[in-house]
Amino acid sequence: MLALLVFLPIAAFIAILLGAPARLTAISASAMNLVLGLYAAFTWQCGCWSFSLPVLEKPALHLAFGFPDGVSVIMVLLSVIVTLAAVLSGKAPEGREKLYYGSSLLISGGALGAFAATDLFFFYAFHELALVPTFLMIGMLGRGDRRQAAWKITIYLGLGSIILLAGLVWLSNLTGTFNIQTMISNKALVPAESQNGIAALLIVGFGTLVSLFPFHSWAAPAYASAPAPVAMLHAGVLKKFGLYGILRLAIPLVPEGLHFWLTPLLVLLLGNVLWVGFVTISQKRLDTMLGNSSVMHMGYIFLAIAALIAFPGNTLALPAAVVLMFAHGISIALLFGLADRIERNTGSLDFTDLGGLAKAAPGLAFIFGIAAMASIGLPGLANFSGEVLVFLSSFKSYNGTAGLGPVQITCILSIWGVVISAVYMLRAYRNVFQGPSVKSTETAADLTCVERIPALLLVLALFAVGLCPNLLLSLLKQVL
Amino acid sequence: MTLPWILLFLPLAVAVLNQLVLKKTGLAPIISTASAVATFVIALMILGQSGTAAFKWATIGDFSIEIGFKLDQLSTGMMIVVTGVGMLVHIFSLAYMKDDSAKARYFTGLSLFMFSMTGIVLANNFIMTFMFWELVGLSSYLLIGHWYQKDSAADAAKKAFLCNRVGDFGFMIGILMLWGITGHLAFDEMKGGLEAFQAANPAIFSGVLSAAVLCIFCGAIGKSAQLPLHVWLPDAMEGPTPVSALIHAATMVAAGVYMLFRLQFTLGFEHFEGLPASTVIAWTGGITALVAALMATQQDDIKRVLAYSTLSQLGYMVMAVGLVHGEAGMFHLFTHAWFKALLFLGSGAVIYACHHEQDIWKMGGLFKKMPITGFTFLIGFLALIAVPGTSGFFSKEQILEAAHEKEPILFWIAVIVAILTPFYMTRLFVVAFLGKTKSENADHAHEVGPLMFVPLVLLAVLGLVAGYPFIASKYAPAYHSHSFQLGPITYISIAAVIIGLIAGFVLYSGKEKDPLNIPLFRNRFYVDGFYDNFIVRYFQDAFAAIVSFFDELIINGLIVNGLSRAAESTGNQFRKIQSGSLQGYAFVFGIGVVLVIYFTVFHS
Repeated sequence: MLALLVFLPIAAFIAILLGAPARLTAISASAMNLVLGLYAAFTWQCGCWSFSLPVLEKPALHLAFGFPDGVSVIMVLLSVIVTLAAVLSGKAPEGREKLYYGSSLLISGGALGAFAATDLFFFYAFHELALVPTFLMIGMLGRGDRRQAAWKITIYLGLGSIILLAGLVWLSNLTGTFNIQTMISNKALVPAESQNGIAALLIVGFGTLVSLFPFHSWAAPAYASAPAPVAMLHAGVLKKFGLYGILRLAIPLVPEGLHFWLTPLLVLLLGNVLWVGFVTISQKRLDTMLGNSSVMHMGYIFLAIAALIAFPGNTLALPAAVVLMFAHGISIALLFGLADRIERNTGSLDFTDLGGLAKAAPGLAFIFGIAAMASIGLPGLANFSGEVLVFLSSFKSYNGTAGLGPVQITCILSIWGVVISAVYMLRAYRNVFQGPSVKSTETAADLTCVERIPALLLVLALFAVGLCPNLLLSLLKQVL
Repeated sequence: MTLPWILLFLPLAVAVLNQLVLKKTGLAPIISTASAVATFVIALMILGQSGTAAFKWATIGDFSIEIGFKLDQLSTGMMIVVTGVGMLVHIFSLAYMKDDSAKARYFTGLSLFMFSMTGIVLANNFIMTFMFWELVGLSSYLLIGHWYQKDSAADAAKKAFLCNRVGDFGFMIGILMLWGITGHLAFDEMKGGLEAFQAANPAIFSGVLSAAVLCIFCGAIGKSAQLPLHVWLPDAMEGPTPVSALIHAATMVAAGVYMLFRLQFTLGFEHFEGLPASTVIAWTGGITALVAALMATQQDDIKRVLAYSTLSQLGYMVMAVGLVHGEAGMFHLFTHAWFKALLFLGSGAVIYACHHEQDIWKMGGLFKKMPITGFTFLIGFLALIAVPGTSGFFSKEQILEAAHEKEPILFWIAVIVAILTPFYMTRLFVVAFLGKTKSENADHAHEVGPLMFVPLVLLAVLGLVAGYPFIASKYAPAYHSHSFQLGPITYISIAAVIIGLIAGFVLYSGKEKDPLNIPLFRNRFYVDGFYDNFIVRYFQDAFAAIVSFFDELIINGLIVNGLSRAAESTGNQFRKIQSGSLQGYAFVFGIGVVLVIYFTVFHS
């Protein structure tokens, strides 16, 4: 069953290459996948979702998918929701429909494969598979300085992937298998002296993919340049691969190694929240601002991971990280999708060219307002659920007697990020939607009913998790 | 116990209904007002009840965050203020906003506000308080920015939200620390946890508790607009005037006082006596009361005078809480809510009648032209300056007594404020309501309709009588029966009122323009300018620009661009040999990666 979920987008991609109507195929495949994904969320424990196909005998290699725990289920849910929204809200340039929708599907299939794979080789390979169309789309259909942006993301993520690969190969050699579950049960085979090295490779490798400071500067130009579905799928879904990898592999396999690097990690995540936060404040365009903001918010997820590393018995940290990964994926995809609308309807994303758009496009303003409020962590929307759990998780071990530890101090400093993100988001909203109308916004079109569908899909997900985080948390019970 | 749930969720349901269904039908104002009336009735029905109920909002193992309510004398009394003022403001708004093209959005905002404020009042744990605290910030943002096409309104809304966020930064840290110390989030369980902590760590107890309380106090500084985060409240007057009455005078800004008192009540007042944090709170309140009153003496916009007066009165309340006489502060909160809402709605009626003129020096003679508004405004004025017999007198008396008992310097500061208050209010009343009309707009003013004056009359009655024990003991939150005695404090307070009144009359009677010009007060001690220019422009934005520059230069420029340039030149070499497009490169990259994996993994 799970193989169907992964191969449906890939099959649709092939069908598009063979001449099927691109948009229609992409939308119907993504819609079917959404239904499958929701069904999976209800039935993932039944065992019927596992799939295994032997590929090689020696070393034993299986094309295998399964749901080892609720984390994969939530990531799969995130992928199918964002994919449908992305293909619905995108608009291909004249004559490039095949490339545009085909690549989007391939990114989606790659991400789903990586989140569902239970075998290390395919875990890695599917992510690489998703990166190729990402680079292509930015290089061929991007805006602005697209070649430069494409080169940068290619080099950066390519290097990151290779560093990551070194760490993964090292791990699989030590544990003697590619099966992730077996690797974890063989974790005693990872000797203490290798832990630090492996952990460093994994932090840098996965970290680069997640735009951990200072490996972040590929992200903003790439997202600013990328066509809307790519920005939505990469920032929303594919980027979470690195975090997923840390949770799935690094935390269980090299806990001592991660603990060794805890202090540097805390410094780096503060770099994400504060340094990149200030970089975000100084942006003059909506697209680069959103790109930087998505880098900034990764810091909070790393904070939960740091809390988990520091206190392995911390039951709040993993759910906090996963809820925030989901929430961030949905909200950033919504923001990129709407930014694309703003550009199509007004011709610009430069703050100096915009203003008063709420008058001509109240529907767009309303939905963008929800997305912006989600992104700055307003209660009732998903991101708050994640953030408040992250903060609580980093204070889980504090009892007043011993004073504040490094994780708590990092948490306190990064709560200032809550102010920073309000500064840039409200400024952006003020500059784009409020104030008197200007030439570009006077006659701008509002969202039509059809155009609202993808946005409302994401808004619904934001409200669902914001009002009832237990929807996700109940999927995570078995991890604890 | 379903009534409290209805009380909480009815306004939310109405807000959602308005936004999704009724936006274009014109029914939204009526539905919102009906819900405000219904919530007031429910608040009366649950008055004085006690009990608690909750459901789990988020559960992880044995840890959970709850949404629930806690009924006691404090919360049910506070609900009377919130729903009572709320109901009257809804009714007033029906008339005030009737020509506004976006009145559905306005009433949706009001309902959202009622929901959020109810949540703060009823909350049974600190995370829930924080959640609704943020939602109150959102509804205030929406309502201040109601006329978002005006630059000043949009900027004011943003400023209000950000000032509150700065306070909430501390608030969140304080909640986390208190959770660590007590081990609980629910109010009912915190006290036991705190006392266990005290028994285990007697030496550091007061220091750690002070740190946590001060962090939490940051939240109150933001929401109740105390120094140094007071700057947003006067700007918030850009919102429609009924909003100023409800949110920026009677309820939301009082939430900080309510929350602090709830904190003391929850943890036990005895722990706050002599706590360093309490001293900081008391002085912050006292200084805010004084500085804001000085600023109020030189404002020309009728709403801004009232806004600074609100700051000053909130300072009184915060001071009382800091002196661990929160019951006096809560009593003043209760009386102030009615007469300040009255003054704001009265100013709204004036502004409405004068075609949106807000400068008091362009009004004049309104008492004759608008007798009901003028007369009710007079009552609000008398209550605010604490003339004996009005409600404000009783509550201010309690605050003065508390200050006299605990800290003489703060007592004398409070007395100076008690002189300044009648001074600036007399200035306002004499200039705007008495004498000759000073502009054409004021010439054409005439009395407002019954939808507007009925709320004024009701509020005026409450402004007169709310301080008497027969009302206060029943409806005021945390009311302590307090035997009122004539004594030196009463004489000082009456003398202060008389001095202020006479000074105001002598200086401003019959004047065409302000005989005083004190730039320091007029320019609000230059605090706003300091924030806008120094903190925002030079500090935050310049700092952000510098960080951004280094990000671009070092991390992006030298490291990344160096790498990608190297790669690009390699790519260019390849391009000569190979297909020559990025497309080709990307596929080669993909295949290459797979080959690399294959060789490293399977042939090792």
